[in-house]
Amino acid sequence: MNVNAYAPRSLPALLLAMLLALLPLALLSSAAGAQDNAALRPLIDALGQGSFGDTEKQVSALAATGDAAVVPALEALTNGDLYVRKADKAVVIGKRAGGSLALTDPLTGEALESTATSALDKIRVNNRLRRTIRAALGGLTLRAADATTRRQAAEAIFKAQDAEGIEALDAAIEAETNPGVAKLMREARAAAVLASDRPTEDKIAAIGTLAERGDRDALSMITAVQNSEASDLHEAAGAALARIEKLQAAWDTARNVWFGLSLGSVLLLAAIGLAITFGVMGVINMAHGEMVMLGAYTTFMVQNLFRTHAPDLFDYSLLVALPAAFLVAGLVGVGIERGIIRFLHNRPLETLLATWGVSLILQQAVRSIFGPTNQEVGNPAFMSGAFEIGQLTITYNRLWILVFALTVFAALLIAMKFTRFGLNVRAVTQNRRMAASMGIRTPLVDALTFGLGSGIAGIAGVALSQIDNVSPNLGQSYIIDSFMVVVFGGVGNLWGTLVAAMSLGVANKFLEPFAGAVLAKILVLVFIILFIQKRPRGLFALKGRAVEA
Amino acid sequence: MMVRFLAGGLTGTRLAMLALLLAAAVLVPVLNLALPTDHPLHVPTYAVTLMGKYLTYALLALALDLVWGYCGILSLGHAAFFALGGYAMGMYLMRQIGTRGVYGDPVLPDFMVFLNWKELPWYWSGFDAFPFAIVMALAVPGLLAFVFGWFAFRSRVTGVYLSIITQAMTYALLLAFFRNDMGFGGNNGLTDFKDILGYSVQSDATRAGLFAASALALAASLVLAIAITGSKLGKVLIAVRDAESRTRFLGYRVEHYKLFVWTVSAMMAGLAGALYVPQVGIINPGEFAPANSIEAVIWVAVGGRGTLVGPIIGAVLVNFAKSWFTAALPEIWLFALGTLFVAVTLFLPKGILGLAASLRARLPKRKDKTSPADVSAGAPIAPAPALARNQAAE
Repeated sequence: MNVNAYAPRSLPALLLAMLLALLPLALLSSAAGAQDNAALRPLIDALGQGSFGDTEKQVSALAATGDAAVVPALEALTNGDLYVRKADKAVVIGKRAGGSLALTDPLTGEALESTATSALDKIRVNNRLRRTIRAALGGLTLRAADATTRRQAAEAIFKAQDAEGIEALDAAIEAETNPGVAKLMREARAAAVLASDRPTEDKIAAIGTLAERGDRDALSMITAVQNSEASDLHEAAGAALARIEKLQAAWDTARNVWFGLSLGSVLLLAAIGLAITFGVMGVINMAHGEMVMLGAYTTFMVQNLFRTHAPDLFDYSLLVALPAAFLVAGLVGVGIERGIIRFLHNRPLETLLATWGVSLILQQAVRSIFGPTNQEVGNPAFMSGAFEIGQLTITYNRLWILVFALTVFAALLIAMKFTRFGLNVRAVTQNRRMAASMGIRTPLVDALTFGLGSGIAGIAGVALSQIDNVSPNLGQSYIIDSFMVVVFGGVGNLWGTLVAAMSLGVANKFLEPFAGAVLAKILVLVFIILFIQKRPRGLFALKGRAVEA
Repeated sequence: MMVRFLAGGLTGTRLAMLALLLAAAVLVPVLNLALPTDHPLHVPTYAVTLMGKYLTYALLALALDLVWGYCGILSLGHAAFFALGGYAMGMYLMRQIGTRGVYGDPVLPDFMVFLNWKELPWYWSGFDAFPFAIVMALAVPGLLAFVFGWFAFRSRVTGVYLSIITQAMTYALLLAFFRNDMGFGGNNGLTDFKDILGYSVQSDATRAGLFAASALALAASLVLAIAITGSKLGKVLIAVRDAESRTRFLGYRVEHYKLFVWTVSAMMAGLAGALYVPQVGIINPGEFAPANSIEAVIWVAVGGRGTLVGPIIGAVLVNFAKSWFTAALPEIWLFALGTLFVAVTLFLPKGILGLAASLRARLPKRKDKTSPADVSAGAPIAPAPALARNQAAE
């Protein structure tokens, strides 16, 4: 780099002057560092002497300095990377590099010459010492500028239950401005107090703090107190345990409800198209699951187009996939209705068989075109990840699917209730001949209704492609569940489908902890079979003469 | 009564089918065992086993026709009864393995040793005796059908709803039998059989014997089905099929009739399963798959619903086609089966036999002697026009 060729002649001189001006400053700062190091050096070097107990005392002394410069040394110590050089008894950090060890100075971090392993003594640590060190590190980082570091430090002390950390925590709580971190620090302090020899009142207060936290860690800490010989704490611990267990039960319930609603939303999505074709039109569409599958494969195709042509817009692929899937599945549905179902009017059992045949054809068609293996369908960014409410972890894809299912449901309800088309559909359902006499083109309404139900199954496929394997068998796994939901909810009633999907989902998840996943499913099936005996027309049955037709 | 039964039930096609079955029961084993392998009329053993398998499917189809063709109950769960019968036979065959299993345990089947079970579960006791296993192969499906039907028919669950809950039933059983804790071998089911009644299941003679047993069982069941459908009870069943409410208002306890024929049909399916398992050498939860039940329905539809003989023909034809397609053109088979479903429901609502009957009716100028029996055998599905009108008004 030939700067001089272009720069004025005076530049080198200028640079030199600047360097000269900086030199004292640099000297000053390194002197200051050297001064601090000079104070810390004996403490660090002392780590190499004496028993585990002595080392522990030295760690505490280092922690007491509150200087962040000792952090690398302590970290190296826990990792077993801290050595004593036999020649001068200096403590160094060693990293294995080939046959020898690459040494660095624990305080300044500057590289020293490599030495053979034989010239070094490793400073050994035991678990007790490790815990002390962890707590010491925690104390050192409690005052860090970064809130995340402070939070981690508090958590480290909480886990270690280090009584030594109490003073550091007291000071840190005093100075803490972030309420979340402060709460965590108080909990860490309570955990530490329990392990210390503080008076009973303090410990009871600590138990109270932990009970408020109410998670499994707190539970195990208080259980430990309960099992210890400190009988004066047993009463408080017992009460706290009861409180925590109640809290845990509440969270378990909340978790089951959430998982149940999540499963319910999947069931709702799978069944809602069927609620139109079977529930409203009375057509047993065994190819319904394949409509879901077509929707999922449409998603796959749309995502492929995005991957090759517009990878930056991949996150929007689902927005395009939704209408595409609706159209694909809807058109296939209209085709099935025009080609087969209309000839089988009033012969529901034959319709069942014919549509089953269609489902076999569609499955094999997809298998021949795309192959029998699972296809890769990606999650857009907004659907990955999770967040926490208390002790409940909620993943975004499940949340979106719940929202989506309810949106589809609401849209469908509005379409059936408040549009001209919905009115026609209901008229044809209630009395076909009268509707025809009033000028409604019943064949058109039939085809469109079936197309609507199939299209909705298609967009359900878009959502289900996000959580399930996209394979030719995708549809088959939903068909029985879908029929169960519609039959349980009551044919011809969209609200019944919603209630049935959600209650079956929640019931399934509440049974699972006791019975296991498979048995829970069996129990739900048996329950539905028995339920149908009691109410052959489902939860919300249509009343009146139409029922017998 | 007896005369009526003979005149009404034993039509030409039925007699021919019975004769065919009895002849096959004798001839096929003879042609397989007595002739040398290079003789042009020799029937190879694999063909004997394959045909034996078809006959058990035909028995299942016959059972299904009894409820669907004559009582209007479309069961989408008959494979469950078939599989239960199969499991009963499988349990007997497992107990016959004795110390020849991989682990050589004299009492416990291999999978139980593998799961570290210490003793035989109580419901496995007795299955070392053949008669007990056969009774169970009939009784367990029969009992399940009785209980299921008792609730379903009493609550007047009919039509599509009944179809859907029968499907749920077989699906629930599928899930249950997949569980290892059930003690039926879980996912793998029961297999690796050695002996039946002291004869090796692999030997030619045993296979020929099983074929003969299947043919005889099918023939006997056909006679039973003809007797049931030809009796007064059979007439009530047809009345239930065509106008259930009206039959009830006439004073018949509809649910009792349905329950009877439903249970008999389930036991037939169980017998079919029991004969099926030793011939194919395995029974696993896959047999409970709802798709299997629906496939059995198409056998009935292809052959001709409500004809008894039709389903036998349909089962053999469809399964022969399946064997051929899955070997020669595996890609095409599901297309062919799917198209068959659609085509039969759209164009052949009465199946092959119905087609034959209507072709015969088209031929004019033959002596006008289509007996009432032929009509009832060939085209009993559509209710009489007056009846249909009244039903629609209900």
